[in-house]
Amino acid sequence: MAKFTRGFMGRRREGSEGSEHRLPPGQYDTGRSWPVLNAEVTPDLDTATWTFGIEGLVEEPTTWTWDEIHALASSTYTGAIHCVTTWSKFGMSFTGVSVDTLLDVARPLPAASHVLAFSHSGYTTNLPLADVTGGQAWVAWEVDGAPLAKQHGGPARLLVPHLYFWKSAKWVAGLRVLDHDEPGFWERNGYHNRGDPWLEQRYQGD
Amino acid sequence: MNSPWRTARVVSIRDETPRAKTFRFSLDEPVSHRAGQHYVVRLTAEDGYTASRSYSIASAPDGSAEFDLTVERFDDGEVSAFLHDVVEVGDELEVRGPIGGWFVWDGDGAAALVGGGSGIVPLMAMLRFARRLGRSDLVRLVVSVRSPSMLYYAEELPGPETDVVYTREPPPGSPRAAGRLNVDDVAPIVRPDVTAYVCGSSGFADAASHVLLDAGVPVERIRVERFGPTA
Repeated sequence: MAKFTRGFMGRRREGSEGSEHRLPPGQYDTGRSWPVLNAEVTPDLDTATWTFGIEGLVEEPTTWTWDEIHALASSTYTGAIHCVTTWSKFGMSFTGVSVDTLLDVARPLPAASHVLAFSHSGYTTNLPLADVTGGQAWVAWEVDGAPLAKQHGGPARLLVPHLYFWKSAKWVAGLRVLDHDEPGFWERNGYHNRGDPWLEQRYQGD
Repeated sequence: MNSPWRTARVVSIRDETPRAKTFRFSLDEPVSHRAGQHYVVRLTAEDGYTASRSYSIASAPDGSAEFDLTVERFDDGEVSAFLHDVVEVGDELEVRGPIGGWFVWDGDGAAALVGGGSGIVPLMAMLRFARRLGRSDLVRLVVSVRSPSMLYYAEELPGPETDVVYTREPPPGSPRAAGRLNVDDVAPIVRPDVTAYVCGSSGFADAASHVLLDAGVPVERIRVERFGPTA
């Protein structure tokens, strides 16, 4: 049971524009701002040499160039994103390719259960396969109609909006398909292994 | 399961700058931390509404039950403005932590600390820890601020291992002209095998990272912590 804080009323109970802006517990609506948080130097990636690959336990390990991945059927996510540092941002629109589309090409083997997403910066984050399939995850290169800026992970980032945003690896370079769970960067550094914002899975032990 | 939240009592509050205060908290029992880690502070209204934010620990690991958080006030900061405007000595707040296993320095190995404005806070914990260990030789700190009035820990900071860069208004007689952090500012703190710790706004972190790269620090030896006006 939380302890009341003397004199604290709080000021937000809803998202700023009504009930469709439902906030997970402990989050606040950051409004128009989009904070930038990452633990490494922001890389300058050239789309001429950029690649995205799926490797590991798949029938057809595949690497796509920038042009090749754009030739796949694109899809758009419209909705909220939630950062573990307690901001949420509503009404975002990301365009890219569904991870389902990529996995349809690579074809995970029956033993596959997890993925480790890895970035051109060296960053990693782990996800159950079930969290990146079924229309829940994208490799996204466009936000609100404009190319994704490098500060936000451009030219392309992983997008897994139903989990805290550290799972949406910036500068994503690929997915390694595994038959076991392998903690990524923040997951080895004190953060929760799965990161469901609705269950407030922020840190280890939540 | 035990709650991860602890009760921390405010035992002192001091002004660092017109917009920053250091809150000294006391826990019921000693909790060890690593230099560079942060605590989450949670405020709870009577109807159960909560707001929480992370703040870096400014004090060195010292085995005590006390720790310092330095908080910059944002005018629209739901938590930072409350801490600045309402919280008094004797108040009890809920905290969780310490948290973080990446932006930490454990007193072993050379460290180049580069902070912008409020980004000095976790670096101050590292500097204090080095001084406490008698290993100031391991750390070098450069902090970038607009003017002398924006400098945190101004009395404690000076030493052979620290340098202040003024971007707008240097103090009278300052040998360095006003200007952004550049390669000449960080060259003296870059040594072989150094690990660099950069903390500040996102813009500062990007700029300072590139200055360090230009000064020869390998990209994999630069650790970054970004502070946004999200508090």
